[in-house]
Amino acid sequence: MNGTPLQRRQWLGGAALVLGLGSSAWALGAARPRVIRVVARKFEFVPREIRVRRGETVELQLSAPEVPMGIHVIGLELRADIVPGQVTRLRLTPEQEGRFDFLCDVFCGSGHEDMSGVLVVEGP
Amino acid sequence: MNKDFDRRSFMRLAGLAGVVFASGLGGSARAEEADDFFFVQLSDSHWGFEGEANPDAHGTLSKAVAAVNALPQAPDFIMFTGDLTHTTDDPHERRERMRTFRDLVSPLKAGALRFIPGEHDAALDRGRAFQEFFGPTHYSFDHKGVHFIALDNVSDPGASLGAEQLAWLADDLSRQPAQARIVVFAHRPLFDLAPQWDWATRDGARAVALLQQHENVTVFYGHIHQEHHQMTGAIAHHAATSLIFPLPAPGSQPRRTPLPWDAAQPYRGLGWREVALSRTADQAPVLQQRPVQGGQA
Repeated sequence: MNGTPLQRRQWLGGAALVLGLGSSAWALGAARPRVIRVVARKFEFVPREIRVRRGETVELQLSAPEVPMGIHVIGLELRADIVPGQVTRLRLTPEQEGRFDFLCDVFCGSGHEDMSGVLVVEGP
Repeated sequence: MNKDFDRRSFMRLAGLAGVVFASGLGGSARAEEADDFFFVQLSDSHWGFEGEANPDAHGTLSKAVAAVNALPQAPDFIMFTGDLTHTTDDPHERRERMRTFRDLVSPLKAGALRFIPGEHDAALDRGRAFQEFFGPTHYSFDHKGVHFIALDNVSDPGASLGAEQLAWLADDLSRQPAQARIVVFAHRPLFDLAPQWDWATRDGARAVALLQQHENVTVFYGHIHQEHHQMTGAIAHHAATSLIFPLPAPGSQPRRTPLPWDAAQPYRGLGWREVALSRTADQAPVLQQRPVQGGQA
Protein backbone atom coordinates (compact mmCIF):
# COMPACT_ATOMS: atom_id res chain seq x y z
CA MET A 1 0.00 0.00 0.00
CA ASN A 2 1.36 3.39 -0.90
CA GLY A 3 -0.14 5.71 1.69
CA THR A 4 0.17 9.40 1.13
CA PRO A 5 1.14 11.77 3.93
CA LEU A 6 -2.50 12.83 4.06
CA GLN A 7 -3.57 9.24 4.49
CA ARG A 8 -1.08 8.83 7.31
CA ARG A 9 -2.49 11.85 9.08
CA GLN A 10 -5.95 10.40 8.59
CA TRP A 11 -4.78 7.13 10.16
CA LEU A 12 -3.54 8.91 13.23
CA GLY A 13 -6.69 11.00 13.39
CA GLY A 14 -8.74 7.85 13.04
CA ALA A 15 -6.86 6.22 15.87
CA ALA A 16 -7.53 9.17 18.15
CA LEU A 17 -11.20 9.10 17.20
CA VAL A 18 -11.51 5.42 18.00
CA LEU A 19 -9.84 5.94 21.34
CA GLY A 20 -12.05 8.93 22.11
CA LEU A 21 -15.29 7.16 21.25
CA GLY A 22 -14.25 4.19 23.31
CA SER A 23 -13.63 6.31 26.36
CA SER A 24 -16.93 8.13 26.00
CA ALA A 25 -18.89 4.93 25.67
CA TRP A 26 -17.27 3.57 28.81
CA ALA A 27 -17.98 6.78 30.72
CA LEU A 28 -21.66 6.53 29.81
CA GLY A 29 -21.90 3.12 31.38
CA ALA A 30 -21.38 0.86 28.40
CA ALA A 31 -19.99 -2.58 29.02
CA ARG A 32 -16.36 -2.56 30.01
CA PRO A 33 -14.34 -3.57 26.96
CA ARG A 34 -12.74 -6.96 26.77
CA VAL A 35 -9.08 -6.67 27.64
CA ILE A 36 -6.49 -8.42 25.49
CA ARG A 37 -2.97 -8.40 26.86
CA VAL A 38 -0.19 -8.42 24.30
CA VAL A 39 3.49 -8.72 25.11
CA ALA A 40 6.00 -7.31 22.63
CA ARG A 41 9.23 -9.16 23.20
CA LYS A 42 12.30 -9.80 21.07
CA PHE A 43 11.23 -10.53 18.37
CA GLU A 44 7.59 -11.48 18.51
CA PHE A 45 4.21 -10.35 19.65
CA VAL A 46 2.55 -12.73 22.12
CA PRO A 47 -0.06 -13.63 21.06
CA ARG A 48 0.83 -13.23 17.41
CA GLU A 49 -2.81 -13.57 16.37
CA ILE A 50 -5.53 -11.49 18.00
CA ARG A 51 -9.16 -12.34 17.28
CA VAL A 52 -11.99 -9.89 17.85
CA ARG A 53 -15.56 -9.55 16.60
CA ARG A 54 -16.79 -6.80 14.37
CA GLY A 55 -18.41 -4.08 16.46
CA GLU A 56 -16.87 -5.36 19.66
CA THR A 57 -14.95 -2.83 21.74
CA VAL A 58 -11.71 -4.27 23.00
CA GLU A 59 -8.76 -2.77 24.81
CA LEU A 60 -5.31 -3.95 23.85
CA GLN A 61 -2.98 -3.69 26.82
CA LEU A 62 0.52 -3.80 25.41
CA SER A 63 3.75 -4.22 27.33
CA ALA A 64 7.40 -4.51 26.32
CA PRO A 65 9.54 -6.14 29.02
CA GLU A 66 12.89 -5.71 27.26
CA VAL A 67 13.31 -2.71 24.96
CA PRO A 68 11.07 -0.04 23.45
CA MET A 69 8.76 -1.39 20.78
CA GLY A 70 5.99 -0.06 18.60
CA ILE A 71 2.83 -1.46 17.09
CA HIS A 72 1.33 -0.37 13.81
CA VAL A 73 -1.90 -2.03 12.68
CA ILE A 74 -2.05 -1.63 8.93
CA GLY A 75 -5.46 -0.71 7.60
CA LEU A 76 -7.02 0.13 10.98
CA GLU A 77 -5.11 3.37 11.37
CA LEU A 78 -3.65 2.45 14.72
CA ARG A 79 -0.11 2.86 15.99
CA ALA A 80 1.47 3.36 19.39
CA ASP A 81 4.79 3.21 21.19
CA ILE A 82 5.26 0.48 23.79
CA VAL A 83 7.67 1.57 26.49
CA PRO A 84 9.19 -0.81 29.07
CA GLY A 85 7.66 -0.30 32.51
CA GLN A 86 4.41 1.07 31.14
CA VAL A 87 1.22 -0.44 29.78
CA THR A 88 0.06 1.03 26.48
CA ARG A 89 -3.72 0.90 26.13
CA LEU A 90 -5.28 0.91 22.67
CA ARG A 91 -9.06 0.76 22.54
CA LEU A 92 -10.75 -0.07 19.27
CA THR A 93 -14.12 -1.05 17.86
CA PRO A 94 -13.43 -2.49 14.43
CA GLU A 95 -16.29 -2.08 11.99
CA GLN A 96 -14.72 -3.99 9.13
CA GLU A 97 -14.18 -7.73 9.00
CA GLY A 98 -10.87 -9.02 7.74
CA ARG A 99 -7.27 -9.75 8.59
CA PHE A 100 -5.14 -6.75 9.49
CA ASP A 101 -1.40 -7.20 9.74
CA PHE A 102 0.47 -5.40 12.47
CA LEU A 103 4.17 -4.93 12.92
CA CYS A 104 6.76 -3.46 15.24
CA ASP A 105 7.74 -0.08 13.83
CA VAL A 106 10.40 0.78 16.40
CA PHE A 107 13.71 -0.84 15.52
CA CYS A 108 14.50 -3.34 18.25
CA GLY A 109 17.32 -5.57 17.01
CA SER A 110 18.35 -8.34 14.67
CA GLY A 111 14.88 -9.91 14.43
CA HIS A 112 12.99 -6.65 14.08
CA GLU A 113 12.05 -7.24 10.48
CA ASP A 114 10.28 -10.49 11.40
CA MET A 115 8.26 -9.03 14.26
CA SER A 116 4.67 -8.96 13.11
CA GLY A 117 1.23 -10.37 13.78
CA VAL A 118 -2.34 -10.29 12.58
CA LEU A 119 -5.56 -8.89 14.00
CA VAL A 120 -8.49 -10.99 12.80
CA VAL A 121 -11.88 -9.27 12.83
CA GLU A 122 -14.67 -11.83 12.54
CA GLY A 123 -18.40 -11.50 12.00
CA PRO A 124 -20.57 -10.93 15.08
CA MET B 1 29.87 -5.05 -22.70
CA ASN B 2 32.94 -3.04 -23.66
CA LYS B 3 33.87 -1.00 -20.62
CA ASP B 4 35.20 2.00 -22.55
CA PHE B 5 32.10 2.16 -24.68
CA ASP B 6 29.97 1.82 -21.57
CA ARG B 7 31.83 4.66 -19.87
CA ARG B 8 31.51 6.97 -22.85
CA SER B 9 27.83 6.21 -23.14
CA PHE B 10 27.29 6.91 -19.47
CA MET B 11 29.05 10.25 -19.51
CA ARG B 12 27.34 11.24 -22.73
CA LEU B 13 23.99 10.42 -21.15
CA ALA B 14 24.76 12.99 -18.49
CA GLY B 15 23.87 15.53 -21.12
CA LEU B 16 20.55 13.81 -21.82
CA ALA B 17 19.49 13.24 -18.26
CA GLY B 18 16.14 14.95 -18.51
CA VAL B 19 14.88 12.25 -20.82
CA VAL B 20 14.83 9.65 -18.10
CA PHE B 21 13.96 11.22 -14.78
CA ALA B 22 13.59 14.96 -15.16
CA SER B 23 9.81 14.71 -15.19
CA GLY B 24 9.07 17.92 -16.96
CA LEU B 25 12.19 19.78 -15.98
CA GLY B 26 12.84 20.45 -19.63
CA GLY B 27 16.30 18.98 -19.99
CA SER B 28 17.88 19.30 -23.39
CA ALA B 29 20.74 17.46 -25.00
CA ARG B 30 24.06 19.17 -24.38
CA ALA B 31 27.67 18.27 -24.75
CA GLU B 32 29.56 17.02 -21.73
CA GLU B 33 30.73 19.97 -19.65
CA ALA B 34 33.99 20.46 -17.87
CA ASP B 35 32.33 20.33 -14.47
CA ASP B 36 30.29 17.22 -15.10
CA PHE B 37 31.17 14.59 -12.57
CA PHE B 38 29.92 11.37 -11.08
CA PHE B 39 29.70 9.76 -7.69
CA VAL B 40 29.07 6.20 -6.59
CA GLN B 41 26.33 5.06 -4.22
CA LEU B 42 26.94 1.92 -2.18
CA SER B 43 24.34 0.73 0.27
CA ASP B 44 23.26 -1.91 2.75
CA SER B 45 26.37 -4.06 3.03
CA HIS B 46 25.22 -5.36 6.46
CA TRP B 47 28.71 -6.40 7.48
CA GLY B 48 28.33 -9.06 10.16
CA PHE B 49 25.29 -10.73 8.59
CA GLU B 50 25.43 -14.51 8.45
CA GLY B 51 22.78 -16.53 6.68
CA GLU B 52 21.65 -18.56 3.72
CA ALA B 53 20.56 -15.44 1.87
CA ASN B 54 24.21 -14.81 1.03
CA PRO B 55 26.78 -17.64 1.33
CA ASP B 56 29.46 -15.11 0.35
CA ALA B 57 28.58 -12.59 3.05
CA HIS B 58 32.28 -12.16 3.80
CA GLY B 59 33.24 -11.53 0.18
CA THR B 60 30.50 -9.49 -1.44
CA LEU B 61 31.53 -6.07 -0.14
CA SER B 62 35.13 -6.62 -1.24
CA LYS B 63 33.92 -7.56 -4.71
CA ALA B 64 32.08 -4.25 -4.95
CA VAL B 65 35.15 -2.37 -3.71
CA ALA B 66 37.26 -4.06 -6.38
CA ALA B 67 34.70 -3.26 -9.06
CA VAL B 68 34.59 0.43 -8.13
CA ASN B 69 38.38 0.56 -8.11
CA ALA B 70 38.38 -0.98 -11.59
CA LEU B 71 36.44 1.95 -13.05
CA PRO B 72 38.50 3.77 -15.67
CA GLN B 73 37.94 7.00 -13.78
CA ALA B 74 37.61 7.36 -10.03
CA PRO B 75 34.38 8.93 -8.77
CA ASP B 76 34.50 12.34 -7.15
CA PHE B 77 33.12 10.74 -4.01
CA ILE B 78 31.41 7.63 -2.77
CA MET B 79 28.35 7.76 -0.57
CA PHE B 80 27.30 4.81 1.59
CA THR B 81 23.58 5.15 2.31
CA GLY B 82 23.43 3.17 5.52
CA ASP B 83 23.31 -0.29 7.02
CA LEU B 84 27.03 -0.52 6.68
CA THR B 85 26.88 -3.16 9.40
CA HIS B 86 24.30 -5.68 10.53
CA THR B 87 22.85 -4.88 13.93
CA THR B 88 23.98 -6.49 17.15
CA ASP B 89 22.95 -5.93 20.76
CA ASP B 90 26.60 -6.04 21.86
CA PRO B 91 28.19 -2.55 21.76
CA HIS B 92 31.69 -4.04 21.54
CA GLU B 93 30.73 -6.26 18.61
CA ARG B 94 29.00 -3.31 16.95
CA ARG B 95 32.27 -1.38 17.00
CA GLU B 96 34.21 -4.39 15.78
CA ARG B 97 31.90 -4.64 12.79
CA MET B 98 32.29 -0.93 12.06
CA ARG B 99 36.06 -1.18 12.37
CA THR B 100 36.19 -4.13 9.96
CA PHE B 101 33.82 -2.41 7.54
CA ARG B 102 35.98 0.71 7.59
CA ASP B 103 39.08 -1.37 6.89
CA LEU B 104 37.37 -3.14 4.00
CA VAL B 105 36.28 0.07 2.27
CA SER B 106 39.42 2.09 2.97
CA PRO B 107 41.11 0.91 -0.30
CA LEU B 108 38.34 2.58 -2.33
CA LYS B 109 39.71 5.07 -4.83
CA ALA B 110 37.61 8.23 -4.77
CA GLY B 111 37.90 11.88 -3.99
CA ALA B 112 36.15 11.29 -0.68
CA LEU B 113 34.26 8.60 1.21
CA ARG B 114 31.06 9.71 2.88
CA PHE B 115 28.66 7.80 5.09
CA ILE B 116 25.23 7.96 6.64
CA PRO B 117 23.87 5.32 9.01
CA GLY B 118 21.08 2.82 8.59
CA GLU B 119 18.93 1.60 11.44
CA HIS B 120 21.16 -1.46 11.79
CA ASP B 121 24.10 0.85 12.48
CA ALA B 122 22.48 3.44 14.66
CA ALA B 123 19.02 2.69 16.05
CA LEU B 124 20.10 0.74 19.14
CA ASP B 125 22.51 3.40 20.44
CA ARG B 126 21.12 6.48 18.68
CA GLY B 127 24.13 6.67 16.40
CA ARG B 128 26.84 6.79 19.08
CA ALA B 129 29.13 4.09 17.63
CA PHE B 130 28.54 5.30 14.07
CA GLN B 131 29.66 8.81 15.00
CA GLU B 132 32.82 7.46 16.61
CA PHE B 133 33.85 5.87 13.32
CA PHE B 134 32.23 7.91 10.59
CA GLY B 135 31.36 11.33 11.99
CA PRO B 136 28.06 13.22 12.00
CA THR B 137 24.89 11.40 10.98
CA HIS B 138 23.47 14.36 9.08
CA TYR B 139 25.30 17.11 7.24
CA SER B 140 25.49 19.01 3.96
CA PHE B 141 28.22 19.89 1.52
CA ASP B 142 28.66 21.51 -1.86
CA HIS B 143 30.45 20.02 -4.82
CA LYS B 144 30.82 21.48 -8.31
CA GLY B 145 27.65 23.50 -8.16
CA VAL B 146 25.46 20.87 -6.51
CA HIS B 147 24.23 21.08 -2.92
CA PHE B 148 24.22 17.71 -1.17
CA ILE B 149 22.24 17.00 2.00
CA ALA B 150 22.69 13.84 4.05
CA LEU B 151 19.78 13.08 6.38
CA ASP B 152 19.50 10.73 9.34
CA ASN B 153 16.11 9.00 9.61
CA VAL B 154 17.42 6.00 11.55
CA SER B 155 19.12 7.07 14.80
CA ASP B 156 15.64 7.45 16.22
CA PRO B 157 14.48 3.81 16.40
CA GLY B 158 10.99 5.09 15.60
CA ALA B 159 12.23 6.23 12.17
CA SER B 160 11.75 9.95 12.61
CA LEU B 161 13.99 12.77 11.51
CA GLY B 162 12.87 14.75 14.53
CA ALA B 163 12.07 18.41 15.03
CA GLU B 164 15.69 19.44 15.54
CA GLN B 165 16.93 17.92 12.29
CA LEU B 166 13.93 19.25 10.39
CA ALA B 167 14.73 22.74 11.68
CA TRP B 168 18.33 22.26 10.58
CA LEU B 169 17.09 21.12 7.15
CA ALA B 170 14.83 24.15 6.81
CA ASP B 171 17.70 26.44 7.71
CA ASP B 172 20.07 24.69 5.30
CA LEU B 173 17.56 24.91 2.45
CA SER B 174 16.84 28.56 3.19
CA ARG B 175 20.38 29.34 2.08
CA GLN B 176 19.79 27.77 -1.33
CA PRO B 177 18.02 29.52 -4.22
CA ALA B 178 14.85 27.86 -5.50
CA GLN B 179 16.65 26.73 -8.64
CA ALA B 180 19.62 25.18 -6.84
CA ARG B 181 20.57 21.63 -7.76
CA ILE B 182 19.98 19.62 -4.63
CA VAL B 183 20.74 15.95 -4.01
CA VAL B 184 19.54 14.35 -0.80
CA PHE B 185 20.79 11.14 0.77
CA ALA B 186 18.83 9.16 3.35
CA HIS B 187 18.62 5.56 4.41
CA ARG B 188 14.88 5.05 4.60
CA PRO B 189 12.48 6.35 1.98
CA LEU B 190 11.20 9.81 2.88
CA PHE B 191 7.76 8.90 1.55
CA ASP B 192 5.37 6.09 2.49
CA LEU B 193 6.62 3.40 0.15
CA ALA B 194 5.32 0.41 2.12
CA PRO B 195 4.31 1.25 5.69
CA GLN B 196 3.23 -2.36 6.25
CA TRP B 197 6.91 -3.27 5.93
CA ASP B 198 8.11 -0.23 7.83
CA TRP B 199 9.45 1.23 4.59
CA ALA B 200 8.74 4.82 5.47
CA THR B 201 9.90 7.76 7.58
CA ARG B 202 7.39 8.78 10.20
CA ASP B 203 7.85 12.49 9.64
CA GLY B 204 9.24 12.18 6.12
CA ALA B 205 6.35 14.18 4.69
CA ARG B 206 7.64 17.23 6.54
CA ALA B 207 11.05 16.86 4.92
CA VAL B 208 9.47 16.38 1.51
CA ALA B 209 7.37 19.52 2.03
CA LEU B 210 10.52 21.50 2.73
CA LEU B 211 12.33 20.03 -0.27
CA GLN B 212 9.40 20.70 -2.58
CA GLN B 213 10.04 24.41 -2.25
CA HIS B 214 13.03 23.80 -4.53
CA GLU B 215 12.79 22.91 -8.18
CA ASN B 216 15.64 20.46 -8.72
CA VAL B 217 15.71 17.88 -5.96
CA THR B 218 16.70 14.24 -6.24
CA VAL B 219 16.77 11.77 -3.34
CA PHE B 220 18.94 8.67 -3.16
CA TYR B 221 18.24 6.14 -0.43
CA GLY B 222 18.78 2.51 0.57
CA HIS B 223 16.97 0.27 3.06
CA ILE B 224 14.79 -1.66 0.61
CA HIS B 225 17.62 -3.60 -1.09
CA GLN B 226 16.45 -3.08 -4.66
CA GLU B 227 16.16 -0.44 -7.30
CA HIS B 228 13.00 1.58 -7.04
CA HIS B 229 12.11 4.88 -8.64
CA GLN B 230 9.21 7.08 -7.63
CA MET B 231 8.22 10.71 -7.94
CA THR B 232 6.58 12.80 -5.23
CA GLY B 233 5.65 16.00 -7.01
CA ALA B 234 8.79 17.10 -8.83
CA ILE B 235 11.14 15.16 -6.54
CA ALA B 236 12.63 11.92 -7.85
CA HIS B 237 13.38 9.22 -5.26
CA HIS B 238 15.78 6.42 -6.21
CA ALA B 239 16.37 3.36 -4.00
CA ALA B 240 19.61 1.42 -4.28
CA THR B 241 20.39 -2.26 -4.45
CA SER B 242 22.08 -3.93 -1.51
CA LEU B 243 25.46 -5.60 -1.12
CA ILE B 244 24.17 -8.50 0.97
CA PHE B 245 20.75 -9.79 -0.21
CA PRO B 246 17.83 -8.49 -2.24
CA LEU B 247 14.36 -7.98 -0.77
CA PRO B 248 11.02 -8.51 -2.52
CA ALA B 249 9.16 -5.75 -4.31
CA PRO B 250 7.31 -3.44 -1.93
CA GLY B 251 4.20 -5.12 -0.55
CA SER B 252 4.44 -8.04 -3.00
CA GLN B 253 4.20 -10.73 -0.31
CA PRO B 254 3.12 -10.90 3.32
CA ARG B 255 6.59 -10.65 4.84
CA ARG B 256 9.72 -8.80 3.79
CA THR B 257 11.95 -11.86 3.85
CA PRO B 258 15.18 -11.85 1.83
CA LEU B 259 15.00 -13.33 -1.64
CA PRO B 260 16.80 -16.69 -1.62
CA TRP B 261 20.32 -17.02 -2.94
CA ASP B 262 20.31 -18.45 -6.46
CA ALA B 263 23.38 -20.65 -6.97
CA ALA B 264 22.76 -20.58 -10.73
CA GLN B 265 22.91 -16.77 -10.67
CA PRO B 266 25.04 -15.84 -7.66
CA TYR B 267 24.84 -12.20 -6.51
CA ARG B 268 21.66 -11.69 -8.51
CA GLY B 269 19.95 -8.52 -7.35
CA LEU B 270 23.06 -7.14 -5.66
CA GLY B 271 24.93 -4.15 -6.93
CA TRP B 272 25.79 -0.48 -6.74
CA ARG B 273 25.31 2.55 -8.91
CA GLU B 274 27.08 5.42 -10.52
CA VAL B 275 25.32 8.78 -10.67
CA ALA B 276 26.42 11.33 -13.26
CA LEU B 277 25.65 14.96 -12.65
CA SER B 278 25.97 17.88 -14.96
CA ARG B 279 26.51 21.35 -13.63
CA THR B 280 23.65 22.47 -15.81
CA ALA B 281 20.68 23.15 -13.58
CA ASP B 282 17.96 21.76 -15.82
CA GLN B 283 19.41 18.28 -16.14
CA ALA B 284 18.54 15.48 -13.77
CA PRO B 285 21.12 12.94 -12.56
CA VAL B 286 21.80 9.94 -14.76
CA LEU B 287 21.90 6.57 -13.04
CA GLN B 288 23.99 3.62 -14.09
CA GLN B 289 23.35 0.35 -12.24
CA ARG B 290 26.30 -2.02 -11.73
CA PRO B 291 25.98 -5.64 -10.64
CA VAL B 292 28.16 -7.49 -8.17
CA GLN B 293 29.94 -10.24 -10.03
CA GLY B 294 31.98 -13.17 -8.84
CA GLY B 295 35.73 -13.29 -9.15
CA GLN B 296 36.42 -9.58 -8.76
CA ALA B 297 37.84 -9.56 -5.23
